[in-house]
Order: sequence, then structure tokens, then C-alpha cells
Amino acid sequence: MDKKIRVLIAKPGLDGHDRGAKVIARAFRDAGMEVIYTGLRQTPEMIANAALQEDVDVVGLSILSGAHMSLVPRVMELLKTNKQDKVLVFVGGIIPEEDAVELKKLGVRAVYGPGTVTTAVVEDIQKAIK
Amino acid sequence: MSLIKQILQGDQLTLARIITQVENDTAEGHRALDELFPYTGRAHIIGITGPSGAGKSTLVNSLVKLLRERTKETRIGVIAVDPTSPFTGGALLGDRVRMRDISNDEQVFVRSMATRGALGGLTRTVPAVVQVMDAAGYDPILVETVGAGQAEVEIASLAHTTLVVEAPGLGDDVQAIKAGILEIADILVVNKADWLGADGVVQILRSMLELGYSQKLNGSSSLEPANWIPPIIPTVATEEKGIQELIDAIVKHKLFIRKNGDWLKRDRKRLETWLEQLFENELRSHWRNASAHENYANIINLMVSRKISPYLAVKKLIKD
Repeated sequence: MDKKIRVLIAKPGLDGHDRGAKVIARAFRDAGMEVIYTGLRQTPEMIANAALQEDVDVVGLSILSGAHMSLVPRVMELLKTNKQDKVLVFVGGIIPEEDAVELKKLGVRAVYGPGTVTTAVVEDIQKAIK
Repeated sequence: MSLIKQILQGDQLTLARIITQVENDTAEGHRALDELFPYTGRAHIIGITGPSGAGKSTLVNSLVKLLRERTKETRIGVIAVDPTSPFTGGALLGDRVRMRDISNDEQVFVRSMATRGALGGLTRTVPAVVQVMDAAGYDPILVETVGAGQAEVEIASLAHTTLVVEAPGLGDDVQAIKAGILEIADILVVNKADWLGADGVVQILRSMLELGYSQKLNGSSSLEPANWIPPIIPTVATEEKGIQELIDAIVKHKLFIRKNGDWLKRDRKRLETWLEQLFENELRSHWRNASAHENYANIINLMVSRKISPYLAVKKLIKD
């Protein structure tokens, strides 16, 4: 059997807007991937724990609250502690340009803002996994 | 270090990766299971099935939470199955959304699985994944099926104890006496018991049991123990109501089947079903590789032109 790409889509922090997360989860599903969706208000610990147990290839974080500079580094750190530094992490949401640069320095593969076409995200990830 | 040592020491990454290999049916996964298999056969396997929206995931969440509060040292495994899209092969696995309370507990290992084309409410590799968790010392192991209506009864051949979860508003009493998932219940759960109509569901289930068990008590043969009558437990999973009673019923059922020998019978039956399934798959792929494709195409052509029937075609294929 082909190896399925497994993706965790998570919403860390306190904002309650998960439409973007659901749209992207749906896009990955339609691209033939297995998407684990964990819902709202996840702590970085919950996300890292789910990524570990589900043995995912990709973690997508959706953040609209502005807390990305504290949440994303913590997730990256925990993934590293769990020896999952090979997992590909991308972030979607309202992220200022200069923050995006910082996040990429931490190992975040890509940062997607409003207006991104879902198929472009899916293609990026497919290319990166291959 | 050997696999078994690593996973016995609680190395969740190794466990997660082995599960992936087993789920993908790779040679590496098979080897891992060869090594782990002698350590299996200990865990109490609890199946949770029922229609979509009855509250299976929420029930698993509160069940695991209270089980952990009861005995701090228990390590609990959860396998949650959701459907694969028949069109794209993708899947959205959303059971973790309802399992917030247990998603931060290091003693609980939750794994989401997609059906990957299997019917019956589970996926083909679930029995193998259960064995891996069993070897890793998780006990009990809860297996949640996809939203199941009538025919998804595979869980009964896997679990020691099968919970069928119903909720108000999902059908009338004729639904209840049709053949199907109600027949496989060791314990009936009526979730959302605070909703209008929940008492009615309890009534319907009770009268259904009365119809069935008068026969059983008269000595008609059955796989199930003659005198285990499934209890009906009303619950409100979101408020943890009825969950202690449910745990009591699960423990009672476990002791019951351990005492009457059904535990071993079910284990044997489970391994037999698994062996048959693997054997069939192996035979099929072996045969596919071996039989000449031209011959196969010819036989289909003969069927299309109505020269031979499908039954004759099969006989011909086996002869050739």
C-alpha cells in the first residue's frame, strides 16, 4: 500500500475562528491525505503530544490571535524534544512579514496569509514531502 | 535495543512509528509484530460502536478520564476509526476534537485511523494495531468504530466487550429488532439521556432484549454466554453522568467472560478471523501475481460476450 501522508491541523491558543483550519483540512483531505483535526484551543503540549502519537509527517498551525511568537516557538521546541524535528511545520493566519522571517529561522517551512490558494499550500507540502 | 524494550519503557515515538508500519502493512511492520506477538493477549479490548452523532468519541473521552482517575497506574490505548473518502482516498480524522480531556495525559495513547476502503466499521489493520498496543502494556484498549448503522459488526469479533451507543431521535422500535449492531452489544448505552425521548429509547431497547432473551433463556444456542443479558446504561457523556455505572458494567462483563471461559473463546475466535483474513489476502495477491493477465482478460471477454457465466469463469480460472 502507498504510504499515506498524515497531517495534523491544529489551532493553538485562544482565538475561536477555525474556518481557515477547516478549509485547509478539507483541501488536504481532497488531495488524498489523512488529516487529523484536533479542534479549538489547543496548548502546544497537546499539539506535540498528538503529533507524536499520530506519527504525522506535517503539522499545520492556524493562529489568528497574534500570539504566534510565543505559541509557535514552543511547539517547535516540543517537537524537537520528542525527536520529531523532521516533521514539516507550516503556519497559517495573520502573521506580519517580520514575524514570518523569525518563524522560518526557527524551522517553520512556510507561512501562509489571507488570500493564499489552498491548492498552492497542498502542492508546496506534497513537493516538500517527496 | 530491542523494540519490545523500547516500547515497554514507554517510548511513544517508537510505538507510534511501529503502528504506522503495521498500518501500512509493510515488511517492517510484519517483522515488528513477529517480535511483539508473544507479549500480547493480555489487554481487555473494549469496542465502542453506534450511529454517527450518538456520542461515541465524547463517551470515550469521559470513560478514559474516569478510568484513569480510578486507577492511576493504568495505561490506556485508544484507537479511533473514521472513514476514508472513496473518491480521493483522503480522510478527515476528527475524533480527537471530542477527546480534549485525555489528549494531554501521557498514560493515554490515542491513535486515529482511516478505514482505507474497508467496510465493516474498522480498517483491515486494526487487529494488528491493537496487538502492538497490547504488547506495549496498554490495558484496556478502546476501539471506536466509524459511525455504524446496521451492518458494521466487525468490532464484535475483535473486542472482548462491545458497547453499542444509541441516542434519542435515531429511529423507531422496528429499527431495534432488525438484525444488526444491536445484536452484538454486551452493553447498551443510551447517551444524551437528558434529551427528550431518551426514556423511550431505553424502553425500546428493553423490550427488544425481552424479545430476544426469552429465546436464549430457553436454551437456544448462541456464541454469547447464555445468561449474560446486556445491561442498558443511560449516560450524559458531556457531563460524565452514568459513566461510573458504565465502568462498573464493563468490569462486571470482563469478570463474567473470564469466569465462564468466553474470554479465551473470543481470543481464539479473534485470531481465527484474523488468520482467515490475512490468508485470503495473501492467496489473492499471490494468485494475482502468478496468473497470466492475458488469461484473465480472455475470461472477462468470454463473460462479456456471454459465452460463459461468472460461475464457470471462476471454475476455469482455478483449473488454469
